[in-house]
This record gives sequence, C-alpha cells and structure tokens, in this order.
Amino acid sequence: MRPFTYERATDARAAVAAGRRAGAKFISGGTNLLDLMKLDVERPSHLVDISRLPLRDIEELSDGGLRIGAQAANSDTAADARVRNRYPVLSEALVSGASGQLRNKASVGGNLVQRTRCPYFSDTAAGCNKRDPGSGCSAIGGFNRMHAILGASEACIATHPSDMAVAMTVLDARIELLDAAHSLRRVDITDFYRLPGETPHRETVLRPGEMITGVVLPPPPPGRQRYRKVRDRASYEFALVSVAAVAAVEEGTIRAARVAFGGVAPKPWRSVEAEAALTGRPATMATYRAAAEAAMRHAVGQGCNDFKIELAKRTLCRTLAQVARAS
Amino acid sequence: MIGQALDRVDGPFKVTGRATYAYEHWEAGQPLYGSVVGATIGRGRIARIDTHRAGRSPGVHRVLTSHDLPAQGTPDPSLPFEFWRAHPVMSGPDVDHYGEAVALVVAATVEQARAAADLVDVEYTVEPGSFDFAAGLEQAYVPAGPIYGIVPVATAVGDFEAGFGSSPVTIDERYTTPYELSQPMEPHACLAVPDGEDLIVYVSTQIVDAARASMASTLRMDPERIHVVAPYVGGGFGSKLRIHAEAILAAFAARALRRPVKIALTRQQIFQLTGVRPTSDQRVRLGAQRDGRLVAIAHEATMATNRHWEYIEPTAATTRSLYAAPNRLTSHRLMPLDVLRGEDVRAPGEAPGLLAVESAMDELAVELGMDPVELRIRNEPSVDPERGVPFSERRLVGCLREGARRFGWERRVATPASVRDGQWLIGHGMAAGIRGHFQAPTTARVRLAADGRAVVETDMTDIGTGTYTILTQVAADGLGLAPDRVRVELGRSEYPVGAGSGGSWGAANSSTAVHRACLALREKLVATACADTRSVLHGSDPARATFADGRVSIEGVSEALSEIVARNHPNGVEADGATVAMTDDPNYRDYSIHSYGAHFVEVAVDADTAEIRLRRMLGVFSAGRALNSRTARSQLIGGMIWGAGAALEEEAVVDARSGAFVTRDLANYLVPVHADIPEIDAVVLDGYDGKANVLGAKGLGELGICGAGAAVANAVFNATGVRVRDFPITLEKVMPGLPPLVS
Ligand SMILES: Cc1cc2nc3c(=O)[nH]c(=O)nc-3n(C[C@H](O)[C@H](O)[C@H](O)COP(=O)(O)OP(=O)(O)OC[C@H]3O[C@@H](n4cnc5c(N)ncnc54)[C@H](O)[C@@H]3O)c2cc1C
Ligand code: SF4
Repeated sequence: MRPFTYERATDARAAVAAGRRAGAKFISGGTNLLDLMKLDVERPSHLVDISRLPLRDIEELSDGGLRIGAQAANSDTAADARVRNRYPVLSEALVSGASGQLRNKASVGGNLVQRTRCPYFSDTAAGCNKRDPGSGCSAIGGFNRMHAILGASEACIATHPSDMAVAMTVLDARIELLDAAHSLRRVDITDFYRLPGETPHRETVLRPGEMITGVVLPPPPPGRQRYRKVRDRASYEFALVSVAAVAAVEEGTIRAARVAFGGVAPKPWRSVEAEAALTGRPATMATYRAAAEAAMRHAVGQGCNDFKIELAKRTLCRTLAQVARAS
Repeated sequence: MIGQALDRVDGPFKVTGRATYAYEHWEAGQPLYGSVVGATIGRGRIARIDTHRAGRSPGVHRVLTSHDLPAQGTPDPSLPFEFWRAHPVMSGPDVDHYGEAVALVVAATVEQARAAADLVDVEYTVEPGSFDFAAGLEQAYVPAGPIYGIVPVATAVGDFEAGFGSSPVTIDERYTTPYELSQPMEPHACLAVPDGEDLIVYVSTQIVDAARASMASTLRMDPERIHVVAPYVGGGFGSKLRIHAEAILAAFAARALRRPVKIALTRQQIFQLTGVRPTSDQRVRLGAQRDGRLVAIAHEATMATNRHWEYIEPTAATTRSLYAAPNRLTSHRLMPLDVLRGEDVRAPGEAPGLLAVESAMDELAVELGMDPVELRIRNEPSVDPERGVPFSERRLVGCLREGARRFGWERRVATPASVRDGQWLIGHGMAAGIRGHFQAPTTARVRLAADGRAVVETDMTDIGTGTYTILTQVAADGLGLAPDRVRVELGRSEYPVGAGSGGSWGAANSSTAVHRACLALREKLVATACADTRSVLHGSDPARATFADGRVSIEGVSEALSEIVARNHPNGVEADGATVAMTDDPNYRDYSIHSYGAHFVEVAVDADTAEIRLRRMLGVFSAGRALNSRTARSQLIGGMIWGAGAALEEEAVVDARSGAFVTRDLANYLVPVHADIPEIDAVVLDGYDGKANVLGAKGLGELGICGAGAAVANAVFNATGVRVRDFPITLEKVMPGLPPLVS
C-alpha cells in the first residue's frame, strides 16, 4: 500500500473541492477501494472521506418516486419499507449481494462505481487495459468464465459486478451528480456507464472531482418485479447471470415489460430488444423464448463463458414466467 | 472421561483473544516486518534484480535477494517424509514456478515493507514453461516411489486385463479433479527472534519437530539452537506440515539484522508459496458379474508435479483395500510441469481418489440396475484384498446399513431425473469412504506436582482440532483426576518430540503416548507408596491399585496422590510415554488398519439453471473409539463440508500462458459458505480398534471428506441423469443435459 493523505469532508461542497486535487479519490464504505489499494491496483495519494456526509436519507418525492442518498447503506436501502413495497426488485438485488457485514458498510454511491471482479484486473503482474491502458487484456484467451458476452470490446471483456445497479437500470433510475463548480446534474443510469471501447479505464461519465449525491427512482413501473441471481454458490458470490424483470400482464397479454441483465456485460444491461419482443405479446413460454433470443442475438462467448448465453436465456424465461404468473 | 463431549479447554482463550498465534507474539518486542517479492514468470531466470529504489523507500531496513543469503542445505531424500528435509528458498537465479520468492523486503512497518516490495525491479529471461496438464498427458512418467517412503507406486493382483475382458458388465471411465489448496484461516506466518547464537521461531506449523529439522538443515544450524514455538495454529490441512518461504526468510533476515523479523504470507501468496494438491486424470475400470460381484478393478492416476520437486499424491492407493476383486491393478504417473509444488492437502489420495472410484461404483450400480448400497455390501472383502492380511476393525457394512436406515435410503427413487419439487430436480446419492490409519513415533511427558495437579508436555500441535482437550481427557482418565486438575502444554520444541498433526495420526499418536506416560507414572507412585512406611498403603499389593478422584486405592485403603507426591517428590514426579513407528509395530504389518464412512446426500438442482443446492448430508463413520464425541463430530462435519466443496466449487485455475493461478483469493477460489450447507449430521459408531493402539482410537480428521464429494456427485446424477466426471460440478457442466424449458 502506498502512502496517502486523508481528510474527512464536512459538507458536499468541500468534498467536491477536495476531490479535484490530483490523485484524490472519494472513500465511502471502503469495501472495494481499500482492497484494491492494498493490491496496488488503486493508487490514490489523497482520500476524501465522504462517508459522514448527510447523504444517508431516503426521501419521498412528490411524483411518487424516491430519492436515495449516496451514503445510504446497502442494508438500510434494502430494508426500507418503501423500497421493499414499491421497488422489490431493488431490495432483492441488494440483499443478493455480498454479505450482511459488507452491506452494512457499503454505500449506494460506492456500489454504483465499484470496479470489476476480473481477476487479472486485481493482479498487477498481469496485462490489463482497464488498470494499465495499453498493456493488453489478459482475460481474452485466458480464464474468462466470469466475463462479458455483450457490450465487450477487443480492449476489455470485464463485467460490471453490481447487482443493485441492475435493478436500478430496470427502474430507469437517474444518478444525481455534484461537480466542483457546484453544479448538480442528473444522468440516466444507462448513460452513466460507458462501454469499454478503446478506453476501458473510463467506466462512467463522472468528471474529475464529481461526486454522486443520490439516486432518483421514478414512480414504480406497472407490473410485478423480480430479481433473479444465478451464481456458483448459495450466497456471498457475484452473479454469473442475473435478471431484473418487470412485467404487467392483463388477460394473458403482456402490456408492459422491462428487462435488465447483470453479470453479462461491462455495465448493467438493459435489453430493449427483449422488451420489444414481449410488449403486446401473449404471456407464454414461446414469447419469453423469443425475447431471450432477441436479448442474446449479439452475444458472443469468450471460451470459458460460452455457457452464459444459454444460461441468460433460461434465466430470463423463468423469471418472466414467474413475474407474469404473479401479476 | 475418554469419549465424553468435554468442552474445549482452550475455548475461553480463543474467544477472548488470549490464544497467541505465530504472528502475535510480543515477548521479543517490536519486530521488523518482511514482505516477500514473488516471481512474475512461470519458468526462467532472473537476469537482473535492482533493489535500489526499494532499499531507499521509507522505513526499509534491508532488501535480501539470493545474493545476500548464505549457502543453504539441500533436501536429504533419505528422510521418508519431506517435511523434515531442507527447504531452500531464493537460492539462485532460477525460477521454477510462478510466484516463487525472489526478494525479501524488511521494513519498520508492514505497509512500508509491502510498498517497497512493489519497487523491487526484476528482469527475467523467460523460458517456455509447461503449464497445461491436459495438453501433454502422454509425457507422464512412472515415478520410482515409494510414496512417503512406504506406499508402493503400483500394485497388481491376479490378471486384471483377463478379468476385465471376461466380465459381463464393465465400466471404463476417466475422471478429472482440479488443483486445490488448503487455505487455512490463519495465513502461513513466522516471527524469528535471534537470541545469541540461538534462534527462537514462532511459526504456524503442524509438526514442530519437522519445522525445527527443516529450518536447521536449510540454515545449516545445529537443531539444538533452534527453538520452535507453536502453541496455537489456525488450521493447516496439510499446508503447514512443512515450513515455507515465510519461515526460512524470516530466519535469515532475523539473523542478518540481529532483530526480530516477522512475515505473514498474503492470501494471494498462499496460492503461490505453499503447496497444491495436484490436478489429476484418473481412469477407473470395473468389471463385474451380473450379480454385482467385482471380477476386476483398476485405478490408474496421472497427476501433475513440479518438475524439480516430485510429489506423488497416493490417489490410486485409495482403492487398494476398498472392495474385494480377484484381479486388480493400481498405478500412479506424473506429468512434469512448471507449476507450484505438490503437497499434501487434507485427505491426500482419498479426496480425489474416492471422487473417481465411488463415482464409478455408482455408474456400475446404474449399469447393473442394482441398489448402490447393496453393490458395495456385495463386494465387502473378508481380508485385505491386496495384502491378504486380516482387517483390524472393519465396519464399512455397518456404516452403510446404519446410514441407509437413518437417511431413509429405501425411499429413494432409483430412476434419474424423476423426482421434482416445483422448480427443483431432487436427487439422492451415496458413497463409501475409507482412509488408512497411520502411526508415527511420538513421546509425551506427564508430571504430577505436589499439589496434585498434572501437566502434560509434548511438542504435538493443536491446529484447531482439539488436541488440548483430548489430551486433558486422556491424562485425567489415566491418573484418575478431574480434568480441571490437568494442564496440557503443546507446541514447543523443548517438549518431548512427536510427529505432530498430520495424516490424521496426531490424536492417536499423542493420546497413546500420554496414556503410557500416565501408566508409567502410576507405577512409580504406587511403588513409592507401597514401599513407604509413612503411607497407609505401605505393604499393599501394587498390582491391585486403582486411581480415581485424585486418590489411589488398594483394597479399600486409599491415599491422595498429592500426599504421595508431597512426601516423596516435593518437586513433582514425572514419567514419559511413547508410540513407535508403524513400521516397528507388528500390528501394522499383520493387519490392515483403516477407518470407514458411508455418506448419504440429497441435492436439489434448478431445472433451468442447473444450480446445485444441497438439502441433506449424513455421514456414518467408524474410526475405533472417539476420544471426544464433540471434537470428533466437528472434524467429521468439517470434512464432509470440504467434500461438498470439492464436488461443487473448489478449483484453482492455472493460466496456461503464464503458469500463475488466476483464482488466487477467496473471492475467486470458492469454498462453501454457510448458506451452501444444509442439515448435516455425522454419526460415529461406537468402536474400539485394539490393533491400532491401546486406546483403540483411529484418526478421523480427514475421514469426513472421504467419499463425501462422490455422494454429492451421485446425487446430482440421480437428480438430473447427467453424469459429470470433471470436478468440480459447476452448472455449465450440467445445464446442457437438462430438459428444455417448456412452461
Ligand atoms: C467479498 C465481497 C463480495 C461482494 N459481493 C457483491 C455482490 O455479490 N454483489 C454486488 O453488487 N456487490 C458485491 N460486492 C461489492 C460491494 O457491493 C461494493 O464493494 C460496495 O457496494 C462498494 O461500496 P463502498 O461504499 O464500500 O465503496 P468504496 O469502496 O468506498 O468506493 C468504491 C469506489 O467508489 C467511489 N465512490 C464511492 N462513493 C462515491 C460517490 N458518492 N461518488 C463518486 N464516487 C464514489 C470510490 O472513490 C471508489 O472508487 C462485494 C464486495 C466484497 C468485498
Ligand atoms: S477484461 Fe478488462 S479488466 Fe480484465 S484483463 Fe481484460 S482489460 Fe483488464
């Protein structure tokens, strides 16, 4: 671990001012950042501790939505009665992640920008374009069982590991950002994340010093919601594939549907193709299968992860069948 | 007293933080911290190593490379167990496997040491290495053996090919198992403290005597000058049978700097600097009559080994005493690679071997249309099928029957993929387990003080297994004392020497030695009392003495032990006891001595995603007499969970391009978590194996694993009809065999 200086931000404005310092990084729960610092993957020279900023509240919005403060703990967010009742997909996604201890410590803001779990990324001896631009991608042609089947590039095939962000994506969440000039902007979660392209080290649209202050959830979409996470063990493990699905079914016909995948792409993967193949169609397995095919039309395996394509299709079909039956 | 569920006597120390582990000793004051720099190539040479930047980094006291170390001893192959041999590290420019130590940074704080370690600049001449086990199996060779100096590499009885060729029903399959590592909770750690010409070594080790011998011969020191201290060890599972770079380098650095130096491996380094269970490719052939009786059985194992450090896991030896069959064959071959050294990992041999052979037996049962429990009972041998000698205490059939009864096995539906519970496909599987019992020379001393309290001393370790507790029970039983009058002192090289914890032999070895020491002490005490005119026992017959409640009684007359000691031995009185090597014990020549188990498992497999979740696990075991029913059960349950992990999750993946383990932390190298483990029970049959030792106890630290994984695999087959022979059984191997989604 390299030496670094540390300051505790007293308010949001001071935080973003401090965040502009060269080599500065925000630290919230530290559950991701500190691990990566010990491994010499993250090398900040200055830490701005934002964990005590008054951004922990979950507020009711006048349009029926919710605003979740960036410092709300993952566990508190999952347990919030309004989240559980109106956004069960989000609550389910949160509790499927990490462990009780980690969820108590982890913040909503930190969860959104946590780094990939690609094992080569955390091994400074391996080439990795995300960690060290231009050094190559060791996962291509290597052990890539956890890696992406959609949205990857020749430079990087890593997945985004968050469960929470997948649920937020299906809920059309908007990320609230404060920059050093003290201007506040809101970005759709799908626009918040970038695809790797040639620059996999640039993962989001966050500008230097810009801080996430909260997440705005619009009023819940019509229909039933569900988060289904498929993984190698029953708990405490990242998704091989996950599905966040919302569907409203009336008299056997799907009136509205939303689908997002986790564990398959460099960002939470909203599938407009699947949604188009579902809307207005009968709520049958044939429809779900067609939606799954549409969602995975451009999917490519990397060798060890080829199975994810079929797994994603199967997981989507079953999850849709469950939300449709329930609604 | 022996066998009772006495609470762990060291429990209060552990839960209050008073049990001191290797890295935590402070008697010697502020130490320096070492950080090991590992090679980032799999094979080649160090062309240039530049330590200037690291050396000038804040807090750094010294950077050591091979140039700075004195000549080291080399391993003496005449020592049967490699744990006692020298373990030279950083001894030259050659790199034999990825992650091998190339430099050590010693600094004032651990953070400074690690920061500076990143600044050591190494240039390598890379040589093409062989890292791909499956790619070159034809290059495998037959090692000379014997394994551990005693186990033959290959055996043959009858005419296997003829027997197999003429069998009406045959199975001929290949099974593969991955690299696995022990990964104990406590990392491998050492604090080395120079003390004049002596060296005090606080080290996390399973065998104190081996640590001392290995360190002495590597450092070319007189073993008497090395003092090993290891009172508490946070798990070993084979990976601490021998010491590694952390101990050798801490010792060199401490001697060079004349300061205490401590090193703990990081979790990632444990994947590179300890030892690995080799990956295996096993061919199992079974030939049977239609009534299920085996005519021929062959188990041929090919395994990886580091090309410079040969290690043979006795994988195929597993089958040698398991089932009757007139025609038999077992063999081991090694595939030389440039990967981490092979070492024993919990249940070496049986763990991978039973995955293969007990899967094959299940396949045979399916082929025959026979109940798999019945198939095993039908092949129960009356004498050891290879050695021809009788079994000491063989109760495999008892385990199978009792397990089947408790589990409700008769309700199992034999047809695969025919039981459903909503989304889940339900399956039941079983497997048998066997594990050799070993004995090694061990000594212990028991001293009785004038206040009537006893102290047991031996260099045996407690690696979390419960040694403190069982030796308390054995000594209390042996001297007729309450357990709170006994104190057990372990894990110091000053104490009587033993063979430590390993191969599940520690409990039986050390208990037998303590028991014998107690008998010797009793004799001394009785002889003293009967000859002492001041004693009420004067003139009584020593042969009729009994010991209970801190008193010795002869025909109704009794005297407190404390009085005898106080009167005759004001400074206390002591006696030693010992066990001998199994090669010097005729029982181990004249009998086949093993412990046994039978496993029954229920799994649920998601019909769409093939996620496998355990629902029930039951193991029934026979291991002679259990010394403490609770610690025995803990060991067995831990073993069963290990077996479940081996079946479903554990796999260290080597990147065939670099030779590095890609899965090098516990986020990527999966072991079971609580949520994976269902209702689980371990039952130990009451028993006594008088051929094993006078207490009738056999090892069970590894027994729980043996067969557990195969029972899981067989249950997965029963649930889905998909037979996976490539372990671990991850969902992508099962999913293609599942039915398509219909509704
Ligand atoms: C063992 C383990 C298992 C896990 N399993 C899962 C899982 O199954 N599913 C899952 O989704 N996650 C999982 N996680 C990840 C976990 O969810 C994240 O580590 C956590 O959410 C990060 O939050 P934090 O507050 O601790 O972030 P930190 O570690 O403090 O920060 C992470 C990053 O976010 C930046 N950051 C933090 N807050 C802000 C902000 N307000 N604005 C801008 N940037 C910010 C930091 O600078 C840093 O780069 C696991 C983690 C561990 C260690
Ligand atoms: S997939 Fe991305 S993160 Fe992983 S090695 Fe390649 S570039 Fe690095």
